Amino acid sequence: MRLNYPTNVKIVKVPCTGRVDILLILRTFESGVDGVYLAGCLEGECHFLKGNLRAKKRVQYARALLDEVGLGGSRVEMVNMSSAQGQRFAEVAREMTEKIRALGPSPAKRKLKGGG
Amino acid sequence: MIVGNRKTLEEILGMIAPYKKVLLLGCNECVTVCASGGEREVGVLASELKLWHAKEGREIEIREHTLERQCDHEYIDQIKPFVDNYDVILSMACGAGVQYVAEKYRTKPVLPAVNTTFLGVTLEQGVWSERCQGCGTCILDQTGGICPIARCAKSLLNGPCGGSSNGKCEVDKELDCGWQLIIDRLKELNQLDKYEDNIPIKDWTTSRDGGPRRRVREDLKL
Repeated sequence: MRLNYPTNVKIVKVPCTGRVDILLILRTFESGVDGVYLAGCLEGECHFLKGNLRAKKRVQYARALLDEVGLGGSRVEMVNMSSAQGQRFAEVAREMTEKIRALGPSPAKRKLKGGG
Repeated sequence: MIVGNRKTLEEILGMIAPYKKVLLLGCNECVTVCASGGEREVGVLASELKLWHAKEGREIEIREHTLERQCDHEYIDQIKPFVDNYDVILSMACGAGVQYVAEKYRTKPVLPAVNTTFLGVTLEQGVWSERCQGCGTCILDQTGGICPIARCAKSLLNGPCGGSSNGKCEVDKELDCGWQLIIDRLKELNQLDKYEDNIPIKDWTTSRDGGPRRRVREDLKL
């Protein structure tokens, strides 16, 4: 397909979005990222039945925690796509990049690096 | 198990504001099972605190450590080698654990990160419900195995009251009437005759009214 997507998107492979827990998301922010999105399979089509639905709930919880911390919950998103939707993958990567760029750098990262 | 609820980040931040080095202490028992103060919750709180401090441009050092129990001194002793490296202990145990750690390290401030709420059970993954108030005189034999002290909003010994409607309590439409549950269970047990017996006035001296309680087993003492 030779599709392009923004180079700032780094992929962390997991066997299923059900593998992703709150701590994994928070630690990612600690490492200095500006946003995280989970790309799970389409709802109702989880190979492990409920992995993507569990991930969806965890994303909601992570958003609440990030709001509490003051980073902004909208820096985390859950998206769904099938493995045959390469076009959609690239589209989401662009959309998410634009969204996070509009939000600006993570306030945690900005302060860690001493302003700016 | 003892069920707790983690305090809000805002409240915790307020408590730890004067300190720079925090020993965040989890407990592997009840609060792990009810997901309010185990190793995982220690990790989440530590991460939240680090992110908040980074955002504010403030420094904080957090050590995460989870003990097998915070209600037994042999486990609490395990933090002795490094406890003095920290300004404060932020405990994620129940109130008993927080206090016992505070008793052991008398010059170290020990703060609670969890509100201890009740003795209860896991209804389903992520849902817990109160079952016991530790009154010290169990009457479950008379009430079909359902406690009127814990399950009736008024802790009536002879119920239900007029607030019971269609099996629900007037306090909350979602809440089962404790006495309806008792009657239903006595029927199932074919022990409805027990419902005819009036339960006498309870001696509350075995509960909190008798002051803090203690239990001694001389044969177990070393």
